[in-house]
Amino acid sequence: MKYRIAMAAILALTMQAASAQDKPAAAVPAGQKDATTLEFEKFRTQMEQEGNPAELFELQGEEFWKAKRGPKNVALTASCDLGLGVGVVKGAYVQMPRYFADAGKVMDAERRIVWCMVEKQGYKFDDLARRPFAGDNYTPEQTSLVTYVAAQSANMKFAVPLKDPHVREVYEIGKEVVAYRAGPYDFSCNTCHGADGKRIRMQNLPNLGTPQGALSAVLGWPGYRMTGSVMLTHQWRMSDCFRQQRFPQPKYASDTITALLTYMTANANGHMYKGLGIKR
Amino acid sequence: MNVTRRNILKHLGTGGALAALVVSGLMRPIAAFAGQWSKPSFESKDMAAAMKNLDAAAAVDSKDIVLTAPAIAENGAVVPVSVVSNIPNTTRISILVEKNPFPLAGSFEMTEGALPDVGVRLKFSQTSNVRAVVFAGGKAYMTQKEVKVTAGGCGG
Amino acid sequence: MASYPIRIRALLKGDVTSITAIVSHPMETGLRKDDAGKTIPPQYIQVLTVELNGKKVMESHLNTAVSTNPVFNFKIKGAKLGDKIVVNWVDNTGEKGSGETTVIPG
Repeated sequence: MKYRIAMAAILALTMQAASAQDKPAAAVPAGQKDATTLEFEKFRTQMEQEGNPAELFELQGEEFWKAKRGPKNVALTASCDLGLGVGVVKGAYVQMPRYFADAGKVMDAERRIVWCMVEKQGYKFDDLARRPFAGDNYTPEQTSLVTYVAAQSANMKFAVPLKDPHVREVYEIGKEVVAYRAGPYDFSCNTCHGADGKRIRMQNLPNLGTPQGALSAVLGWPGYRMTGSVMLTHQWRMSDCFRQQRFPQPKYASDTITALLTYMTANANGHMYKGLGIKR
Repeated sequence: MNVTRRNILKHLGTGGALAALVVSGLMRPIAAFAGQWSKPSFESKDMAAAMKNLDAAAAVDSKDIVLTAPAIAENGAVVPVSVVSNIPNTTRISILVEKNPFPLAGSFEMTEGALPDVGVRLKFSQTSNVRAVVFAGGKAYMTQKEVKVTAGGCGG
Repeated sequence: MASYPIRIRALLKGDVTSITAIVSHPMETGLRKDDAGKTIPPQYIQVLTVELNGKKVMESHLNTAVSTNPVFNFKIKGAKLGDKIVVNWVDNTGEKGSGETTVIPG
């Protein structure tokens, strides 16, 4: 079953799938969008503006952020520094990943929040990592927290501090990870995301090496996924890309994921983050 | 629809509490719409039966209803549908999805200043016509359009 | 989520107030099966009302076709800044929820 899905994915990539459509997709030149894609984007944007269920998770996340919680009974708002000072959430999301001296690491938003939950509130990392992403009737607390924090950066520009040599180094690692070919199908991220005009069935695949492609891959996260009605973070998206490449699943909140997020987000620097997304 | 009875009910000061009573079966509904969730309409299994149970079997096509829905939906589980009625004295808007197991998706009754302008997101079990039925001045009007529902895609 | 969070916005522009209600609700159709193959019983909002300063302005009757975590967009006339908007709902199992907000500039 697994292999059949993989083959279908490969075929879809090479054949520029034209399955359930009236018009063949192959006629669409690189960098341009066909009518179906435009229709999807139009209504998705409309739904994001006219009411996004992601806001329900934002509400939940705000409660978690402000309440005294965990074995140490501490509130994140009184203890967690997302880079702009303890408790400051406005603008924090678009300026991560960044280097955190107290942790000695470059961290993306989700990783930083998890770090705060462990270090400040006393939660156990292994507990948080056991089931780190949303599923049927289940949303991890850190997902709601990331959603709340991200929503406070809506309509602000991405500004990953690339001038910081720590961040720069991780960015360069991210670039390598994106190009690293391995696994049973000898895939890299770039196999699907390294050139313009690729798609998998109905989904356009952004070219992560271009600012516009990087932007479309970072916009809309964290996002409310219509399939399954779940709230998912950018960490989840990265993790799932590894699964789709048939790589071993990366460790939750690991350096590799941060490196990928640093590379992608910094490539979108200067562009506007539109806030919580809606995903297919 | 019996407008008089509905108005009387309105004057009795109906609201969420009455709706709750009706839904939990403690009280028999006494009006055509207000307070009553119409089981026959909502459990109708095809368009013709649903229209009949809505008292809309004689609905005529109208260009004064603006029905907005995607021509092709990214996800059949969440299809945004909105209806604006430009027909004077519109009191109710119903939305039906023809190919769903139960076509009637919802009815919206405007009172006391609500405009005949509603948006909702609906599940489509498959490619189907979506129909807006507008009730105004004791008559029913309608318009419809097709929404294609596709499968496919495993990305986010 | 243990309760049913609800988020409501009421934005006044000109003399029209746009109301958005986002409700946390499963909207189960009764047609789905769980992992064990057991049918998940239906649970869906049947009646949802909007009140302006305590007076009902909109009553919606809904079916299982409404999407999970439903979003509603309504428009009303005659509301002023600071007016109170309340949204109430009740589902087929008798569960209820409500939320309120005040009208702000849009």
